Amino acid sequence: MNSADTTLKHYFVSHGQQFDAAKLGMWLFLVTEVLLFSGMFVAYAVYRSWHPDVFLHASELLDWRLGALNTVVLLASSFTVALSIHFVQKGENEKVVVLLIMTLACATLFMLVKWIEYSGKFSHGVFPGAGYDPMGIIDGKDYSKYNIPFAPQFFSIYFVMTGIHGVHVLIGMGLFGWLTTRVARGHFSPQYYTPIELTGLYWHLVDIIWIFLFPLLYLI
Amino acid sequence: MSDESHNYLNASEGIWSWLSTTDHKRIGIMYAIACGLFFLLGGILATFVRTELGAPGETILGQDEYNQLFTLHGVVMVFLVIIPAIPGILGNFVLPLQIGAKDVAFPRLNLASWYLFMAGAIMAVCGWLFVGKVDTGWTFYTPYSSGASNAVLWLTSAVFIAGFASIFTGLNFIVTVHKMRAPGMTWNRLPLFTWAIYATGIVQVLATPVIGITMVLLFLEKLLQIGIFDPALGGDPVLFQHFFWFYSHPAVYIMILPAMGIISDLMGTFSRQHVSGYTFIALSSVAIAFLGFLVWGHHMFVAGQSALSSIIFSMLTFLIGIPTGIKVFNWVATMYRGSVWLRTPMIYALMFLFLFTIGGLTGIMVGVLAVDVHLHDTYFVVAHFHYVMMGGALIGLIGGLHYWWPKMTGRMYNETAGIIAASLVFIGFNLTFFTQFFLGTKGMPRRYHDYSEFLEIYPEFAALNMASTIGSYILGVGLVMILIYALYSLFRGPKATANPWGACTLEWTHTGPIPDEHNFHDTPLVTRGPYDFHHADDVFGPKNEHKQ
Repeated sequence: MNSADTTLKHYFVSHGQQFDAAKLGMWLFLVTEVLLFSGMFVAYAVYRSWHPDVFLHASELLDWRLGALNTVVLLASSFTVALSIHFVQKGENEKVVVLLIMTLACATLFMLVKWIEYSGKFSHGVFPGAGYDPMGIIDGKDYSKYNIPFAPQFFSIYFVMTGIHGVHVLIGMGLFGWLTTRVARGHFSPQYYTPIELTGLYWHLVDIIWIFLFPLLYLI
Repeated sequence: MSDESHNYLNASEGIWSWLSTTDHKRIGIMYAIACGLFFLLGGILATFVRTELGAPGETILGQDEYNQLFTLHGVVMVFLVIIPAIPGILGNFVLPLQIGAKDVAFPRLNLASWYLFMAGAIMAVCGWLFVGKVDTGWTFYTPYSSGASNAVLWLTSAVFIAGFASIFTGLNFIVTVHKMRAPGMTWNRLPLFTWAIYATGIVQVLATPVIGITMVLLFLEKLLQIGIFDPALGGDPVLFQHFFWFYSHPAVYIMILPAMGIISDLMGTFSRQHVSGYTFIALSSVAIAFLGFLVWGHHMFVAGQSALSSIIFSMLTFLIGIPTGIKVFNWVATMYRGSVWLRTPMIYALMFLFLFTIGGLTGIMVGVLAVDVHLHDTYFVVAHFHYVMMGGALIGLIGGLHYWWPKMTGRMYNETAGIIAASLVFIGFNLTFFTQFFLGTKGMPRRYHDYSEFLEIYPEFAALNMASTIGSYILGVGLVMILIYALYSLFRGPKATANPWGACTLEWTHTGPIPDEHNFHDTPLVTRGPYDFHHADDVFGPKNEHKQ
């Protein structure tokens, strides 16, 4: 049995069928992800429409520069992962390894920025839910002025949405680490690279969700 | 004959060969065992609830225990039995066989779904046993749930995890139907059971993530008081109800659509006739799946949503009656001038027709705004959804299990016992729940453990409740009888032939009495429709001799 056959499962007729099935499955999974986040977007929309002034006011506490940095970082990582698929199709696996590591690095940078943001919020009493008790003065902003009704809802939604998005980034990091070792061990070829393709699709979705989160939470 | 000596049951041995299997047929059997146990648990809980209500006053349960038991009954029956059972058991076992595939598209994901389902189930039961009893009802409405004991955290996590099992099962079936069909198995040759499971898969994939995120938010509400749903923290409980029913109304179609698919197959096979209006039945499943997403607000007519939305939701609810009616009339038309063979599965199909029609029509009644204001939260609603979920979904499942039993186990059950049990189920079911329509129209509220206060005005409540409780015991006896003759058949039943019902679909015509591990020796080439009984020579003649 040659190596091409070991990647074809016995219940499929051809590589084409197997690839199409995997890809359709991944698209369906992405649909479920969109619906998972849609619940949170609805919660955001409902509370924003009820308390537009509070949301506008509370969003000033988020640093748009850090959010913008993370947007650029994620867009860059989407580009590197798309390139990695391009090069695995051409069989240039050394480049694939480099690109996947770059993607992983971008994702790590994203999480580091997220960590800086979260710890900054926590250190000034901005917690999700009952622990919300803003205090101190940073950049000329008196945090205690943000202790108003329904500001906790804004930060609950902020932490839940970015938190669940962050979990998706962490899962993506795990997947890229795993893919890098598999590419390095020569598991993929122009004939079989389904896991990279599927992880790429997943990563683009994580990116797109952030593209919506950034303006909704930081900018408006 | 090699078919009989080597099959999926004896292909490998030992408990681990089952727990690590990726064979869709074995996974179907594992769902059958798990769902069977949970059904037993849910049934025992129902018996306690009915016994408490059998006589006025506090009889065997205090009010808190009563609330806890009906909550667990609801959670177990909805999330651990009715939602997973038909796709999990029969969808897994039958669907790949019906379309001529060797397995589902993602066999390992299929096994993982079973483990997720079991993890959810174990969390629910462990939370119940070791953490605390929840008394919120299966709907977890806030602020009941945000104020309840920490066991709510376990139950919401359990629903979240079991939900993912449901998502992955649906996803698997959609991809399987799209990509794994045998040559010649065109979309208009798909058996109607497969069509129904396909439509169910769409609902599972689109609706379940929403309950997932709702449960996450409820979990965080309880853990961190994030204030989204809890009015005490500035949250909105009606938003929870919107989220909850955005899943849970479509979930009703996750429960009933597969049962409708089973009934379509049974009607065709046991009437010896092409299923009337095949295309309409197939597409009405998809229509129900679609419309099901637009009606969730009819659960909230009295919950404070705007009058305009209530009117719109009410009108959309009536629309569901159209595709459902299309199915019912086509099933009746299938029997017309057919050669109806009254075997146990067909008896359940007829029972479904009767019970589900009552359930469906009373659903339209509670969908009428003015009527619902009176009937909301009364026993009328309890009776209505039991007619749909038990009289529809579970009766369909039991009929389907009888139909495919010979294929799953290679043995026949006792037909007489089957008919007696079916009669007991039918009588017991109607006695239990038809009485509740009367109770409901008189205004008996649901979720009360005692109704003695009402007796001054409505003395008939005592007799009606007593009748309902006696009915539930008869129903219980019927169901236990099914379990007994099924177990007997498993060990002592006569060996089944490859196609005991003379059915036309691939799982009967192209496999041995028990299918082997990889389903088909050669991938079938499909040249006819699923109910082409007029090609009987082609189906049962030369091909059948060749097989034997």
